[in-house]
Parts: sequence; C-alpha cells; structure tokens
Amino acid sequence: MTVAVPTHSALPPVEGRRVRVPSVLASEWIKMRSVRSTGWSIFAMTLITLGVAVIAGITVTHQWNTFSLPDKLTFDPTGLSLRGLLFSELVIGVLGVLVISAEYGTVTIRATLSAIPHRPLVLTAKAVVFGALAVVVGEVLSFGAFFLCQVLLSSPAPHATLSQPGVLRAVVGGGLLVPVFGLFALGIGAIVRHTAGAITAYVGAFLVLPLIIEALPSSIGHPVLKFMPFVIINAMTSTGRSFDIGPTFSPWVGFGVMSAYAAAALLIGGWLMVRRDA
Amino acid sequence: MIEVRGVTKRFKDTVAVDDLSFDVKPGQVTGFLGPNGSGKSTTMRIIMGLDAADAGTATVNGRNFHDLPLPLREVGALLEARAIHPGRSAYNHLWYLARSNDIPSSRVSEVLDLVGLEKVARKRAGKFSLGMGQRLGIAAALLGDPEVVLFDEPVNGLDPEGILWVRNLLKGLASEGRTVFVSSHLMSEMALTADQLVVIGKGRLISAGSTAEFIAESSSQFVRVRSPEIGRLEELLRAKGAVVRREADGALAVSALSAPDIGDLAGTNGIFLHELATQSASLEEAFMELTRDSVEFHAESFPLHEPVPATGSAPLEEM
Repeated sequence: MTVAVPTHSALPPVEGRRVRVPSVLASEWIKMRSVRSTGWSIFAMTLITLGVAVIAGITVTHQWNTFSLPDKLTFDPTGLSLRGLLFSELVIGVLGVLVISAEYGTVTIRATLSAIPHRPLVLTAKAVVFGALAVVVGEVLSFGAFFLCQVLLSSPAPHATLSQPGVLRAVVGGGLLVPVFGLFALGIGAIVRHTAGAITAYVGAFLVLPLIIEALPSSIGHPVLKFMPFVIINAMTSTGRSFDIGPTFSPWVGFGVMSAYAAAALLIGGWLMVRRDA
Repeated sequence: MIEVRGVTKRFKDTVAVDDLSFDVKPGQVTGFLGPNGSGKSTTMRIIMGLDAADAGTATVNGRNFHDLPLPLREVGALLEARAIHPGRSAYNHLWYLARSNDIPSSRVSEVLDLVGLEKVARKRAGKFSLGMGQRLGIAAALLGDPEVVLFDEPVNGLDPEGILWVRNLLKGLASEGRTVFVSSHLMSEMALTADQLVVIGKGRLISAGSTAEFIAESSSQFVRVRSPEIGRLEELLRAKGAVVRREADGALAVSALSAPDIGDLAGTNGIFLHELATQSASLEEAFMELTRDSVEFHAESFPLHEPVPATGSAPLEEM
C-alpha cells in the first residue's frame, strides 16, 4: 500500500456547531441496521410469533369438537393468537441487551463516546431508536398474528374481531409490550455491560423469578405474582379470564408497572454509565 | 495542544497515573514512552474523557474533553486496535461515527482511501487482521480532520511497510501543524518518529523534552582502552578525574574523559595503547536503564511478556 499523507479535507467549519440530537439518533440507527443480530432477531420473532398463530388457528379448528364444555366457554381466540408474542418479548430482550453490551464487548463504546461525550444522550438515543424499531415490530407482529389466526379459526370454532370488547386493547397492548420489554433489557444491558450476564439477568426476571415465586407458599407468592412480567403479558393479551393464576393487575396498570421497570433499569444504567470509566 | 496537569488515577490499590503533568504542542510529533503497564493508555483515556481522573485536569485545545462541542472535529484517537463490532463493515463503523458529528459520507471514503482499506470497506471487520484493525482505527481518528490526534501503540501488529507508513503519516500530520501524541514502549521506534518525548514509568513523569536532548543525555558514551601497562594507565586516568571500570577481557571502560584526552595522556606518559575506541550504549539500553525501577516494580506483581534483559556492560550516567 502506498505511503500517503493526509490533506486537509473540505469539511464545514466547526464554529458555532455542536453534536445535534437528530445526528446522534441517525448514528444509532446506522449502528443498529449495520449488524446482523438485528435482522436475525426480527426474523426469529416473526417466524415464531406468526408461526404459533398459524399452528394454533389450524389445531383449534380441527380439535374444537374434542374440547370440554368449560374449555369451550372460556376459549379466548384473541389470547390464543397472541401466544407467540411471549417469544418475541424474550427475543426483543436479547436484542435490547446487545444494543449496548455489544458496544462494551467490542470496545466500540470508546469510539462512540469519543464522538459523543454526553453519555446519557448516547443511552437515550439508543432507547429512542431501538424503542421505535420495537414498536413497529411489536405492532406488526401482534396484528399479523391476530389476523392470521382469526382467518384460520373457522366453524365450529369461534373467532374474534377487533370490534369485540377488549380485543383491540389486547392486540395493540400486546404489541406495545414488545418495546417496553426491549427497553427493560436495554437498561439491564447498561447496568451489567456483559452480554451473557445481562441476558441471564433478563431471562431470570422473565422466566425464573415466576417459577421461584410459584414455589413459595401461596400466602407469600400470590400477592407478588402479579408483578411478574410474564403475568403482565398474559393479562394484556387475553380478553377473558383464561389465565386464572391469581390476582393480576388490569392490563394497562400492568403495562404501567412494566414501563416503570424499564424506566428504572434505564435510569440506573444511565447513572452507572456516567459514573463508570468506559 | 494537550495539557495534562497533576493527573492521578487509582485502580483499587494500584496507582496507575501519579501526579502526571506535561504539554503536547502542535506542529511536532510527541512520543509517549514508557514500559508496558506504566500508565500510558490510562493517561490517553483520561485525555479522551473515557476514564475520570481522581485528581488533576487534562485539556484538549484548552477545554475538558466533555466540553468539546463537536469532539471528532477537534481530537481523534486510536486507543484500541480492532475496537470494532466484528459483524459491522469498516465503512459502517466510520459512517456511524461520522454521522454523529455531521461529517459527510464523502469524508468516510476519503479516510478509507487514505489508510488503504477502500477495497475491504464493505467487508465485515471480524475478518480483519490486527494490522487492518490498526488502519481502521487510524481512519477513525482522522475522520473529523482534527487538530489533535492521539495514537496508542499504532505500529503494533503492522508489517514493516505498515510501520513505515505510520511513521510518515505521523510526521505528515505534524508538518501540517497538528498536535500528534503517540505512545510506544519501544524507544527505538520513538527515536525515529518523535520530535518531543514524554517518558513515564510507574505512572510518574521521568523526563519531558526534545528527543535529541533525551538521546544525548541518556545514551552515555565511554571509551574502551587496552594497553600492556593497563595498571599504570588506570591510575593516571583516575588522577585526571575519569570514571574507570575494568571490562571482563581486561580492557578499561573510561567515561568522563574523551578518546583524544586519553590518547594524549598515554602519549605524554609513554604508555603504548593497543585499543582506543569510543562506544555508545544503545538507545534501548538507555531507556531500560532509565525506567528500570518502574519496570522492576511491575515485574513483581504483573510479569511482563518479555523478560527485561540485563543491561549490557555500558556504564550509564545518572540522570
């Protein structure tokens, strides 16, 4: 390769200019779309969420006549169609962790902070860009899964329409939980910084904690269970009382609780990011 | 211009940087020299606002890094070789950095050409060699056409051609009036590129000044003398105030007296000389002697990859 000495480039003058928020958002978007994990995660979420909806629709239609009467009475076609979203909440969490932990793992965080010294701005930009992507993915998958499943549910099995009570809320809310779970994971990623550790913590809060609580005597476990992310999803994505596992928050209160978890994780993560050496 | 004033950084019980002060001026290459683990990288991270100093200040163009309105346009740094997401292309790595500081994409192509990575710019960087990673890091540092550049061990992992390229690049950047601060643990490398030297050991400043001065002061010369009347000559030399030491082969190593003076002294006293030769300690030996204390301290707690060889027979003056 040739020996080259740089020449002054014709860049616009620096005077009076500073790092702008839209530019930081654009930078984060370039980062997010230039790694393969983003595409693969969304692909996996789509495959499973829509796949579960399709399989559930076909299976229930074929087996409807074998259902017991109580099963037929409590059947919730909306909740059925959105069951695959549970997997999406898990995968979006892995992606949310990676959005920040991959930067620490590859030390690109130092390059990033050398361009944008304001650390809370970096974390906020990540949250906004990733959150926006997750809203779109969550809503598309939620509506997609709902319509696919309802189309496949045919007589004698009943199907749901958006105009029925609670259905629109379940579909919209189920999709909106995807970004909330993703941001919760992003906050955990900012706190833990190591990919494996952060994913373990997220999966632990998601799946393992409910198991521990269920193992406790019900007098202790029951009041706590409604705070579990898992239970909050079920309350949001069902229209009836098909998941009768104890006292639950109403769907939007649950959504608020989950959002508070995400906000707390992001605030702690941001605070630690400012305090710690990069 | 980089100004470091009384910077101290502790990691748990270890003091990585200890009350360090120095200036890095524009228009010349300033070498940052010290053994492995002497605190060079930590100091550079503090200048770049990545690590917080426990005491003291470090400023770039008179400002704390965190107060720079458009950082990439004022200071660029290569701190870590291969600090890139393995799945991201070199182009996208530079493009996301450029975009955050409103630098046009044409500049990304420009710096890729400059470092010779234009052909692999769209390939995933995970397949890059250490040398290519260094080149990408240099491209990132030059992205904003900054007045101040910091390079942490830029020639690590480069082939001889790449090393030559970096040397010319550093000199070129300095000749354009930029502030160029480059670290190395190799004195010989710095002797070739740096105009000024900041030498540290154990996080403390050992010496700061021009490279020429540093070499003159630290690479002590001595004169090797052999004679059939070596005992009588030794007495005469000592009487003249020379520092004399016997070599293993019976020759004398004489310092503080020049070869002509020694020859004249022998001649006036009728002593035959069989050898009279001026010798220089190598630069690397001088540097090792200078930083010996700090290296030995580190060698006890963190063994170095390469054992420090015992310095040769050259007696060195105290600094």
